Amino acid sequence: MKVTRRQFFKICTASLGGSSLALMGYAPTEALAEIRNFKLERTTETRNTCPYCSVGCGLLMYSMGDKAKNAKSTIIHIEGDPDHPVNRGTLCPKGAGLLDFVHSPSRLKYPEVREAGTSEWKRISWDDAFTRIAKLMKADRDSNFVAKTADGLTVNRWLSTGFLAASASSNESGYLTQKIVRNLGILAFDNQARV
Amino acid sequence: MASLAPTFGRGAMTNHWVDIKNANVIVVMGGNAAEAHPCGFKWVTEAKAHNKAKFIVVDPRFTRSASVADYYAPIRSGTDIAFLGGLINYLLAHDKIQHEYVKKYSDATFLVNGDYQFDDGLFSGYDKGKRSYDKTSWSYQKGADGFVLADETLQDPRCVFNLMKQHYSRYTPEMVSRITGTPEAQFLHVCEMIAATAVPDKTTTFLYALGWTQHSIGSQNIRTMAMVQILLGNMGMAGGGINALRGHSNIQGLTDLGLLSNMLPGYMTLAGEKEQDFATYLDKRALKPLRPGQMSYWQNYPKFHVSLMKSWYGDAATKENNWCFDWLPKLDKVYDVLQVFELMHQGKMNGYFAQGFNPLASFPNKAKIGGALAKLKYLVVIDPLATETSEFWKNFGEFNDVDSSKIQTEVFRLPSTCFAEEDGSLVSSSRVLQWHFKGADAPGEARGDAEIMSGLFLKLREMYKQEGGAFPDPILNLSWPYKIPDSPSSEELAKEFNGKALADIVDPKDPTKVLAKAGEQLAGFALLRDDGSTACGCWIFSGAWSQAGNLMARRDNADPSGLGNTLNWAFAWPANRRILYNRASCDPSGKPWDAKRTVISWNTKENKWAGMDIPDIRPDAVPDENVGPFIMNPEGVARLFAVDKMAEGPFPEHYEPFETPIGTNPLHPNVISNPAARVFKGDMEAFGKAKEFPYVGTTYRLTEHFHFWTKHTRISAILQPEQFVEIGEELAQAKGIKAGDKVKVTSNRGFIKAVAVVTKRIKTLNVNGQQVHTVGIPIHWGFKGLAKNGYIANTLTPYVGDANTQTPEFKSFLVNVEKA
Repeated sequence: MKVTRRQFFKICTASLGGSSLALMGYAPTEALAEIRNFKLERTTETRNTCPYCSVGCGLLMYSMGDKAKNAKSTIIHIEGDPDHPVNRGTLCPKGAGLLDFVHSPSRLKYPEVREAGTSEWKRISWDDAFTRIAKLMKADRDSNFVAKTADGLTVNRWLSTGFLAASASSNESGYLTQKIVRNLGILAFDNQARV
Repeated sequence: MASLAPTFGRGAMTNHWVDIKNANVIVVMGGNAAEAHPCGFKWVTEAKAHNKAKFIVVDPRFTRSASVADYYAPIRSGTDIAFLGGLINYLLAHDKIQHEYVKKYSDATFLVNGDYQFDDGLFSGYDKGKRSYDKTSWSYQKGADGFVLADETLQDPRCVFNLMKQHYSRYTPEMVSRITGTPEAQFLHVCEMIAATAVPDKTTTFLYALGWTQHSIGSQNIRTMAMVQILLGNMGMAGGGINALRGHSNIQGLTDLGLLSNMLPGYMTLAGEKEQDFATYLDKRALKPLRPGQMSYWQNYPKFHVSLMKSWYGDAATKENNWCFDWLPKLDKVYDVLQVFELMHQGKMNGYFAQGFNPLASFPNKAKIGGALAKLKYLVVIDPLATETSEFWKNFGEFNDVDSSKIQTEVFRLPSTCFAEEDGSLVSSSRVLQWHFKGADAPGEARGDAEIMSGLFLKLREMYKQEGGAFPDPILNLSWPYKIPDSPSSEELAKEFNGKALADIVDPKDPTKVLAKAGEQLAGFALLRDDGSTACGCWIFSGAWSQAGNLMARRDNADPSGLGNTLNWAFAWPANRRILYNRASCDPSGKPWDAKRTVISWNTKENKWAGMDIPDIRPDAVPDENVGPFIMNPEGVARLFAVDKMAEGPFPEHYEPFETPIGTNPLHPNVISNPAARVFKGDMEAFGKAKEFPYVGTTYRLTEHFHFWTKHTRISAILQPEQFVEIGEELAQAKGIKAGDKVKVTSNRGFIKAVAVVTKRIKTLNVNGQQVHTVGIPIHWGFKGLAKNGYIANTLTPYVGDANTQTPEFKSFLVNVEKA
């Protein structure tokens, strides 16, 4: 018989619940028959990989949320993926705490700015953030871009702004970052591989 | 990366996590896999339990890796080359090398330029004023046909083998012990255990990480071990190889994609400013074979490069405009982070972006980094978490004592998604690209990195369209084929870096045969062309998303060979190979050195290479053709002699850390530290001397924390809540420090205060006739997050890096410690 992981949970929940009730000699009335369902049964299972070290452990994430248009889903449990050939279901102390990373109180929620010389953050919109940053970039690039060196070599570089990329971001984000940063002419460009 | 590529051709872990189980001897040195890579470390345990493997740890600390080792030897931080150079000397002196392998698969027989020499700590060509070498003499002798000359008998005194033997003859067991502090008997015991795998049917594998890279001689640490692996004949073998354990989940991927100052995707490089001519640029990189019949795969560079340009510029890239060669910036020097923060500190930078990176905590000499950030006009932090860098301008008392009103930097903080909230792929240390799926929405208004980058770029592009400005061409013409322009999907981007045919691609041997139709995703980089008929954003990733779909999301964990290669699990670069250089797992005739671990072999019936992995060789290369197994090297073989690929010499040499506790180099007192390492003005003066700072400081991770992230997570903040340092019992006693006392650790750049953990795990070593104590400094604290606020450990570390990579010397510097 082929049993999916979710079906397996259902079977376990049902039979465990049933058998232990019987063992106790319970004759459940109608109301008592409402046993508590296994918590993960109503969740969506999503495959992911650990963002910490480079072992690349497989994760199973369980989220609540019915996919209704304005209902935000939320992750309620993360565990190691037993099918994964490297971690075989295990996680280390850091990986086992990933749920707390996802829900950390330090997670940033809105774009903010700290104005020069002040000591607090101000919430701004994404559009304001993009406009203000793009203006600063353009002003710097337009005044400091080097198209040619003093001795006439074509170099097309912009050295007065730099960029550090994230080595926990995906290849897809990284590729797009490379594509954009290079084409602005930036050479002060690195990622964590440097340190 | 900067040591493996010069040796073998590619800068990546050669084998993979599961393959560790096939080893006979496992050496963890320059790393601590049990704590830093716990779930990968299970394969060490597996090898011990089921393959009777012997496990060796060499480390300044008795780590949790050491606690399960069969043999542990202590070593002074920063002296690994002395140890491994001594091992090379031992292997050569005791004739414990795999002769046929060394002769056929390395440059041992090659003849070296007559002008090359090594004398009193310096190689030929040194320029003291520039602190660098003219590397002309670090080369091979060539014949009239342009090929390298070799002496198959290994008799010529100028052959690599004899020069190597001579070079390491100075690394006697006595000398090794004098430098490293490892007792001689323990050093010899480790040598014996490793030497036992010089036979064809036994392998050693090395696992290393930042404990080797974070030194001013980091790259050469790794190269020394790479040389050992060549001598033992362990490269390409299941259970052999070099396992470079990367520190972050996608450091491998971002390096593969070239997000480094001088790089382009797939280990292509940007042009230097002197390289004005496109043909010359290509020619220098399209390396021709140095020995007859070798693949020298970089010959295909023009195909990879033109395909990248087509991906980025589409129709704007034409043969006539050299595929927009001039649109890319050209280098006058490499702008690594130490260089960039030096310029920033001098007030020469105006803007900076930190995307998922916390430089204030991660870079050396926090005072210098904070001072540099304060000179910026604008700083943009893109991160899921509130990092120290984003609040460098805010006063956190003793932990960040600054005056906000005096800091004029405009700081933007943009919230990004984390792994759980996005689709995409990461490359594990094993070079495996694994796809992951979004499981929930991000909090508040947080957005994915690609969406944030697109939002910024499109805004900037709009401004250039409206107002014009400096060299707008690459900005206005950048190919942007995404269905939702301000939010490109991971699927679209993955297909783009995989590459596609822009016209029908035909078989060069049979033009009637179409290999890929116009518009189709490419099956691999072998289909790339240099005439503009293919587009590919990262050639080494080609094949990851072919016409067959997203191979990175594959979930078949079947392992028919039992070696653990799982070829249908996700996708490994290059070409889904799991063990690099696997041609070297067979003898020259194509027969596996060890039948029990057959990775591939030459199939005489079908006249091709086949087996349990994708052959790392042209599939129809008949063994008699003598095509070498190191196909990226123009020599076709691995390099014991790194020619001009390394900054400080073709053979690794022991140099002391810039802050040395012994103040001399017992091998050559006139040249103490790396003579080719770059030191900025002012930083040399900021180095401490042993008189004031007598103890060796070394920084590291704990298994309960990941860098500066997990102090933001509740469980980790409970498991390891408070900053501490580790000191050995002898030092504690001498200083009157008891476990639990608060101590002050000072370097020439600042101080931190932390709780003292007094431990038996760090021993005092006898080095060059003096006692050397080590102070262990875990890195994980700062002034943001749920754990108790603490000092940034990098307040203490010196501003100097490896001469090749500029990776900072975090692992070996001088401190003093006293009761606070």
